Amino acid sequence: MREFWSSSIGKKIAVGISGAILVAYLVLHMVGNLNALYGAGDGDARVDDYAHWLREFGEPLLPHAFVLWVVRVVLLCALVVHVTGIVQLRRRAAAARGPHKAKPIGRSLASRTMVVTGVLVLAFVVFHILQFTTLTIDVTPLREGAVYANLYWAFQKWYFVLIYVLGVCAIAFHLRHGIWSAAQTLGYVRPNRDRAIRSAATWGSIVIAAGFLSIPVCFWTGVLGAPA
Amino acid sequence: MRFTLEVWTQASRDEEGHFERYDVDGIDPDASFLEMLDELNARLAAEGKRTIAFDSDCREGICGMCSLTIDGQPHGPNQVTTCQTFMRDFEDGATIRVEPFRSGAFPVVRDLVTDRSALDRIVQAGGYVTTKTGPKPDPNAAPVPPAVQQKVMDAAACIGCGACVAACPNGAAMLFTGAKVTHFNLLPQGQPERASRARSLVLAMDAEGFGGCTNYGECARVCPQEIPLDVIGMLNREYRRGARREDDTVGTRT
Ligand code: HEM
Ligand code: FES
Repeated sequence: MREFWSSSIGKKIAVGISGAILVAYLVLHMVGNLNALYGAGDGDARVDDYAHWLREFGEPLLPHAFVLWVVRVVLLCALVVHVTGIVQLRRRAAAARGPHKAKPIGRSLASRTMVVTGVLVLAFVVFHILQFTTLTIDVTPLREGAVYANLYWAFQKWYFVLIYVLGVCAIAFHLRHGIWSAAQTLGYVRPNRDRAIRSAATWGSIVIAAGFLSIPVCFWTGVLGAPA
Repeated sequence: MRFTLEVWTQASRDEEGHFERYDVDGIDPDASFLEMLDELNARLAAEGKRTIAFDSDCREGICGMCSLTIDGQPHGPNQVTTCQTFMRDFEDGATIRVEPFRSGAFPVVRDLVTDRSALDRIVQAGGYVTTKTGPKPDPNAAPVPPAVQQKVMDAAACIGCGACVAACPNGAAMLFTGAKVTHFNLLPQGQPERASRARSLVLAMDAEGFGGCTNYGECARVCPQEIPLDVIGMLNREYRRGARREDDTVGTRT
């Protein structure tokens, strides 16, 4: 285990697996969010029911919000492994390369900006949790449990819409290289699957981004109306 | 043809290097890059000046000795070895920057000559097969399916020049090491060490201070033997499988 983590390939495999866990969460979160598109629904918005259901999932067998907390802990662990692994690999790479940097020959923009987009995503996630989970960023009248109303009031402000557009675009970029790269690191890419996996990475990032973006865009343009 | 060269000049491993400018003219367009440097060196020698040190041997693209970074690209612009790069591929009057292969694991010995023996030490850790010496075996005793042959021959084409390392922003030797794993782990002759080979190679690769892979793919874009990125996928797979196996012989050299 120790040898695995300290080896260049083992660490990269750990980064790939933790990244895959984060992507799986992202897909679930995006699909769950689409519940907001059902609208305000006479004071009983579907996305509110969904948020409520997330908390009582597994009851009465499991305590209240148990599954939610398991997911949170798993995500936090995955994030720690992902970031620690990358920081260590970057350090190692800088030492291995030496003072003369390598000229870009054909590497993609997405692959070259992984650190930048990664940091942006991290900053966005911190901001996002402070806004909708802890309700700390309280520029708008936010209330616990009233997810639809919270989203509505937040996305009436152009600067929140802008932050979400930028955050989600950064994620799409990160995933565009990340999904294919993880598949290659885990050894799943073969010559006959390479093109399929590359387009899955591109289209997967586009679909995830479009799903997330539909919500702020619909609120901002007025497609989704005020809460009842 | 006429060129201005900016050539990396460094007296020894421990001294600082710098770029030195040279103007050369009357160069035959069909001269190779190394022949152009020969010409320049002959003129410098005739004037009693210090000549430029660079590596070469076969000059036909098979030994992997020549190792210049030309305008930032290992070997030059055409994905062939430096000895197979010709002056007609450059514009008349161009200014060309000439450096050694760049990587922390390849210290400069003098000017454009680097010490690439780190790659030899990786090979010693697992780039071999165990054979019994003695009477010659029947040539057809170990059948190899054509698809495997093809893949193995593609990987075995590696000439060990180190361009993959020099092109890598992470200073990684994954394409080289992946070529060795693909070459030896797929052949019947390589099976005795298969369980431990990827692990031994990776241990040696890490010990030499090479970096990790972030799948930029630059290595495959400069490889003069066109070794595919797939060999790195193979290395990752073999490493993952090997890591699960118990094997006491890992890391021992014979
Ligand atoms: C426009 C896009 C998005 C919208 C509208 C949105 C909406 C929300 C809302 C309303 C919550 C609170 C849920 C609740 O309290 O039950 C939440 C939580 C969260 N979101 Fe998003 N989200 C978006 C994009 C993202 C992205 C791209 C990421 C990840 C990179 C992300 C990561 C999270 C995390 C980590 C939580 C906290 C989960 C928890 O611990 O309960 N979100 N999101
Ligand atoms: S000198 Fe042998 S490959 Fe260039």
